[in-house]
Amino acid sequence: MANLKTNIGKLEIKNPVMTASGTFGFGTEYEDFIDISRLGGILVKGITGAERQGNPYPRMAETPSGMLNAVGLQNKGIDYFVEHIYPEISKFDTEIIVNVNGGTIEEYIDVASKVEKLNKIKAIELNISCPNVKQGGMVFGTHCPSAVAVTQAVRNAYSKTLMVKLSPNVTNIVDFALAVEEAGADSISLINTLLGMAIDAKTRKPLLSTITGGLSGPAVKPVALRMVWQVAKSVKIPVIGMGGIMNATDAIEFFLAGASAIQVGTANFINPAVTIEILEGINEYLDNNGFSCLSEIVGALDI
Amino acid sequence: MNNIKAKKRVEDFTIIENKRLNKEFFILKLKSAGELPVILPGQFAEVRIDDNPTTFLRRPISIYNVDYSGNTIELLIKIAGDGTKKLSELKDGGILNIVYPLGNSFSKPAGTKVLLIGGGTGVAPMLILGKYMKANWGIEPLFLLGYRSDKLIIEKERFEALGKVYITTEDGSDGYKGFVTQHPILNEPESNFDIIYTCGPEIMMKAIAKKAKELNSACEVSLENLMGCGIGACLCCIVDTKDKGNVNTCTEGPVFNSERLKWQI
Ligand SMILES: Cc1cc2nc3c(=O)[nH]c(=O)nc-3n(C[C@H](O)[C@H](O)[C@H](O)COP(=O)(O)OP(=O)(O)OC[C@H]3O[C@@H](n4cnc5c(N)ncnc54)[C@H](O)[C@@H]3O)c2cc1C
Ligand SMILES: Cc1cc2nc3c(=O)[nH]c(=O)nc-3n(C[C@H](O)[C@H](O)[C@H](O)COP(=O)(O)O)c2cc1C
Ligand code: FES
Repeated sequence: MANLKTNIGKLEIKNPVMTASGTFGFGTEYEDFIDISRLGGILVKGITGAERQGNPYPRMAETPSGMLNAVGLQNKGIDYFVEHIYPEISKFDTEIIVNVNGGTIEEYIDVASKVEKLNKIKAIELNISCPNVKQGGMVFGTHCPSAVAVTQAVRNAYSKTLMVKLSPNVTNIVDFALAVEEAGADSISLINTLLGMAIDAKTRKPLLSTITGGLSGPAVKPVALRMVWQVAKSVKIPVIGMGGIMNATDAIEFFLAGASAIQVGTANFINPAVTIEILEGINEYLDNNGFSCLSEIVGALDI
Repeated sequence: MNNIKAKKRVEDFTIIENKRLNKEFFILKLKSAGELPVILPGQFAEVRIDDNPTTFLRRPISIYNVDYSGNTIELLIKIAGDGTKKLSELKDGGILNIVYPLGNSFSKPAGTKVLLIGGGTGVAPMLILGKYMKANWGIEPLFLLGYRSDKLIIEKERFEALGKVYITTEDGSDGYKGFVTQHPILNEPESNFDIIYTCGPEIMMKAIAKKAKELNSACEVSLENLMGCGIGACLCCIVDTKDKGNVNTCTEGPVFNSERLKWQI
């Protein structure tokens, strides 16, 4: 059994397997299938200041080796989370991390400061990369000065671990990573979904109500790996990798590219027990290859 | 049998029969290696097809029949695209990985005058519901099943074994010619039901919901929204409700009281 501990800023997690926001509900959806407490952490569904209904149906389309979604941050708002969901999920013996969203900098600060008061939650993930909302989200994540402004503002209002999740929908991901590092981020998560679209030739209509949506799944993995690799060698803070991880081998590839931890997203829809299988597979890989701790393979790409 | 929902699980089933009914429909009979959990009428399974790029996500399919003594379940499937086509080609002895039992179920009616309306593959949850209500609620089901033509009628004898069956076909090749909503049983002065249960194309269910309202009957519809996960995690399968706004079809449904939905009917 290798040492799987890893660090996200000042936060130590017991193993590097986390779930990606928006793909794991609040954890309770998966309780029938796995022991949530075995995971390194869970990123709960994106939360905003006020309740949001999200986008109209249809919100998803299957595309080759992936899916497009246009959920649009449907959630009941931070107050509902604090009052009703937090007490229920506090029982999980794993790091619960809130994915923080907003249409304005004030909304991001509002959510972050309310989460800060929750004892069990030691980190937030600032989502400046949601492609499915008209305001905020990716607008912050694809314009460097905005990314800096929102990161700085939340950094000033929030003292625990601050993760920032970047959008892959930019020309030079490294510029953004360096900028948010400078602005006070403790770690960088990437990638969020890639902006895409799907068309039904028969009906000549788009398959999503919003026309465009976010692509996830194995289809995005090569892009995700490339971005993790580029960013990890440029910043000093840890990188949390995700995008198309379906099994332990995929996860190992992200560690080799420089990720200190990983998040599993779309794969949970196909195999609700996949996170535990990935965790066991990582351990097996380390044991079989004579590594005694995870950190030995982080960024160990042999070039 | 109690009504407590069983835990959801992922399981490899063995295919013991793949029966082609006609050019569109087939039935997969699957055997569990262990003991089946309680499966309620209206619940569904998320079926894994394979690892191919075009059949990446699971496919939601209603449970058509359960046999607790043999630990088998049946799925009634219509070939709609790549995924269902691949399922139709599976051979006996093969393995099918499914996540089940998912979703809610049809509710017990206030009285005993009930009508179960199915259209196309929408007849699938009606068989299991008919069987369940007879065994557990002591209610004899009355079926109204709509098809395009007689060649597409599905296992009429199995429905007849449970209760009276009325058929409509669009071309008049069997039963009443027309749509289910035009059938006399819904259009006579004395037509009234404590509840109408239905599953089928959305346009049909909307017409039935409207009819039920006219007849002052309750109405439960089973929706077939596109699903990403089937377990309430992706929020892709939503339907707009009057009381709670967008809710997940896969966990709050697939069965809804038609009055809850913001349908334009
Ligand atoms: C709760 C639920 C229960 C269902 N029960 C049954 C059942 O008992 N038997 C059965 O044959 N089918 C059932 N369906 C529909 C079935 O899931 C789809 O027909 C199937 O996913 C199509 O997959 P495919 O790969 O063959 O087609 P695809 O290539 O994915 O699509 C082919 C066509 O089918 C449509 N389609 C795709 N997914 C769905 C969907 N979820 N619902 C409706 N249309 C869809 C597409 O829009 C497209 O036009 C159910 C759906 C739901 C949500
Ligand atoms: C249905 C769906 C909903 C998502 N919702 C969010 C969200 O609320 N916040 C967020 O930061 N990312 C969200 N994402 C992006 C994922 O967290 C992840 O970054 C992305 O899907 C890539 O990983 P994957 O390929 O493993 O899914 C969502 C993805 C999907 C598929
Ligand atoms: S299908 Fe994912 S929430 Fe319903």
